[in-house]
Amino acid sequence: MEFFRIRRDIPFMRHALVFNIISALTFLAAVFFLVTRGLNFSIEFTGGTAVEATYAQSANLERLRGVVGGLGYGDVQVQNYGTSHDVIIRVPTKAGVDQKKVPDRVFGALCAAESGTVSTADSARPICVNAAKAEPVVMKRSELVGPSVGDELMRNGLYAMISVVIGIMLYLAFRFEWKFSIAAIVANLHDVVIILGFFAFFQWEFGLSVLAGVLAVLGYSVNESVVIFDRIREAFRSFRKLSTMQVIDHAITSTISRTIITHFCTQMMVLSMLVFGGPTLHYFAMALTIGICFGIYSSVFVAAAIAMWLGVKREDLIRSGKPEFDPNDPNAGAVV
Amino acid sequence: MNRYPVWKFVLMVLAVLIGATYTVPNLYGNAPAVQVSAAKLTSKVGPETATQVQQLLAAASIQADYVTFEGTSVHARFANPDIQIHARDVINAGLNAGADKDSPPYSVSLALVPRAPVWMGKWLHAKPMYLGLDLRGGVHFLLQVDLKAALDKKAEQLVTDVRSLLREKQLRTVVARDGNAATMTFHDAAVATQAFNVLTDAFPDVQWNQVAEGTDAKISGALKPAALVKVQEAAIKQNMTTLGNRVAGLGTSEPVIQQQGPDRIVVELPGIQDTAKAQELLGRTATLEFHMVDETAEGYAAADGSGPVPFGDDRYENSPDVGRRHGGATVVKKDVIASGDDLTDAQANIDQQNQGNVVILNLNAKGARNMREVSGQNVGKLLAIILFEKGKGQAISVATIQSELGERFNITGMPNAEQANDLALLLRSGALAAPMEIIEQTAIGPSLGADNIEKGLHSVAWGFVAILVFMCAYYLLFGMFSTLSLGVNLLLLVAVLSWIQTTLTLPGIAAIALTLGMAIDANVLVNERIREELRGGSAPQTAISAGYERAWATILDSNITTLIAGLSLLAFGSGPVRGFAIVHCLGILTSMFSAVFFSRGLVNLWYGRQKKLKSVLIGQVWKGGSKPGASEADAADTPGAAR
Repeated sequence: MEFFRIRRDIPFMRHALVFNIISALTFLAAVFFLVTRGLNFSIEFTGGTAVEATYAQSANLERLRGVVGGLGYGDVQVQNYGTSHDVIIRVPTKAGVDQKKVPDRVFGALCAAESGTVSTADSARPICVNAAKAEPVVMKRSELVGPSVGDELMRNGLYAMISVVIGIMLYLAFRFEWKFSIAAIVANLHDVVIILGFFAFFQWEFGLSVLAGVLAVLGYSVNESVVIFDRIREAFRSFRKLSTMQVIDHAITSTISRTIITHFCTQMMVLSMLVFGGPTLHYFAMALTIGICFGIYSSVFVAAAIAMWLGVKREDLIRSGKPEFDPNDPNAGAVV
Repeated sequence: MNRYPVWKFVLMVLAVLIGATYTVPNLYGNAPAVQVSAAKLTSKVGPETATQVQQLLAAASIQADYVTFEGTSVHARFANPDIQIHARDVINAGLNAGADKDSPPYSVSLALVPRAPVWMGKWLHAKPMYLGLDLRGGVHFLLQVDLKAALDKKAEQLVTDVRSLLREKQLRTVVARDGNAATMTFHDAAVATQAFNVLTDAFPDVQWNQVAEGTDAKISGALKPAALVKVQEAAIKQNMTTLGNRVAGLGTSEPVIQQQGPDRIVVELPGIQDTAKAQELLGRTATLEFHMVDETAEGYAAADGSGPVPFGDDRYENSPDVGRRHGGATVVKKDVIASGDDLTDAQANIDQQNQGNVVILNLNAKGARNMREVSGQNVGKLLAIILFEKGKGQAISVATIQSELGERFNITGMPNAEQANDLALLLRSGALAAPMEIIEQTAIGPSLGADNIEKGLHSVAWGFVAILVFMCAYYLLFGMFSTLSLGVNLLLLVAVLSWIQTTLTLPGIAAIALTLGMAIDANVLVNERIREELRGGSAPQTAISAGYERAWATILDSNITTLIAGLSLLAFGSGPVRGFAIVHCLGILTSMFSAVFFSRGLVNLWYGRQKKLKSVLIGQVWKGGSKPGASEADAADTPGAAR
């Protein structure tokens, strides 16, 4: 089987300007949504309490909102989590509320709404039992994060992002050239901003695992740029007559098959997480999916194009093999 | 050209064998067990408890796989849950025989332990990965320790100590506290110098400064930075010990108490979901009280049990150590001389004068004032220290007052260093070195944990199968090699994770899946390169060799950039992100081995010996440009292949 039968180099760079404009527009749209809507940070970042519960029947969200709203915790979110039987209730941090009591009080209210009572007798966990001795609602998970922890996570996330960017730039500058390093990082930050843009637009929950996914994708899609840059360097060496634009076209064309197959394979794995991983891995896989799709696009159309605008030349990558002076010449370096 | 020396093949086989050995324990799952741990501070679990359990089981003719003592608890593993429950009842009845039903000395509970053969763990250190709370259910707490309060306490103690030392040396001054420093002013420069020397000798941890202020001399001293760090470390350590004692009573299997960062403590209690109960447990302070012993005839009669407890007295059981010298119980006066809140420190030490083991106690100013007053009037009489746990008191020390006691005094006559240490620990466990606050709390139900394991495993399995099918269809035999080496990658990754005993979490499983998805990149690079070389007209053997060599630089580059991202996550991530990052970084390393070294070995094994190799099964190679000479080169016998 072979999917890619490309006879001639595809003139990607001829359309570089068009693609760059498209990129710029997407990027601006992403920034626009980030600014106007902002990210829907999970309680890991904002601090607060989350309670996950499972109902024997489909949960009636409207009714639950009324029940939990009655506790006076302010802006409480009630949503389905995974299936219609599962709900997640998020309670923000509020001054004057003892956070530690929130999970139990929320569960108590949920239980009372199902006309049951919470008992902790003879079990390591609180159980809600109704008159029929059945469990109408089960607390699956509760999570509580103090506000100071959230701030710290946010800061550390930012540090991690910055150190990834700096680390990759330094490595590429050392391994290739600064123009490539700038091109690769711009292209991939563009991916990151677009992922964030998606999260802002759809108001998907942005948690720690999503952050991990975004950073992993950042390292991964730099690979793309590296593969193409490797080829550009090789092509500069072997085809001395080609112009920079032709070299870049050749490099992209000869790696396009690998680019697409690799991404396809990775995406299959990510898809498997999206399908089987359940709600915990859902947004992680989502971030990876967007990152992988835009990763192909950006390394082909953005990174190479930026390197071209920055004016990479054959000389940048191939240092002339000849030494400046002949080491055997006793007069070398002597100035008269 | 495509031949490996024998040692490389040996290395490949070894890698698979070792990988399999360390992966296998994870496949065994868990077996029912009974766990015995100390339910009270005064009861001890040690190797002798294991022997005791063994005897109990033998007496009831119950077959246990093994009985071991590890850390702070004894585990006995059984073949099935029926035997487990029977064994629990037998052990419980045996160990807690005759004890108070409400507060038995030992907690005997049902637990799950790895079913993997014991010899694997013992001889090969091959143990299954520890499952994180999100995979097994339980509660997690992150506690913030208020170190400022610990320093505050220390400064307060310094001021008190300085004051009593100067009084002893008859150097008159007023000692005040200024921030974390002790300050004092002397009108006479000579006295000031004398005081300065005394203080420098007595408190080497403190930085003393003397400045002249007009005719007065002012001395101030604060703890040196190194000593400050020590105080903070000691505070964290003591809090962790105290938490350990409190958690032990819960009888949960494998509780985790770890320091995180400079001032935080993580507590994880698997199998518990009742956060309210856990909170109460962590916040509980075992209280300590100092009482005078009632030494009247009525008092002793009450202690023996031959008379009623006199009015105004209380009767407490003695701890085993005290019991050896003072009988089964002690009757004390109700008046509390000092309490656990007044105790600032307790340390085991060796008395310089008579070489005996002692415990040194430090009281705060309020406690010391009371103690001085009461002990001054009762020299020669007995002082008892009562420890309260779960609302029940126990005398953990009964000692004769030799002289008036103040801020700092010794309990002498401890029979050995171990008992002195135990007593110091008991005394310290009554209080936390610094207050703590819960800043993060997660409770995960056991069903959710099982659910998460299943979801994680399905993600990895189906993703792997999808990649396998695609690679084999697209690259045929080379696809097979690729997926085989991807399988080896998975094996090695799990083996390394088990070997270093990481905690596996759901993000960790996600990282395994993602790493496998990314690792296939190296194989794709190689396979594409080989196709390209073939397309360019190279002979198969040359194409394989060139394909691997040319792809190597690219693989290295791309893995390093991924590794940079992984390491940054590791450096700045916490909790779930850290678990993800560890797996991700290790996965990148194992993938370099399997995708390059191992898959090349497979290819070499298959094709390397064929001298006249005409074609390779790498899927269709479309020779679009049909460059002249390509077909000839295809058929040509390359010199490299003939070697």
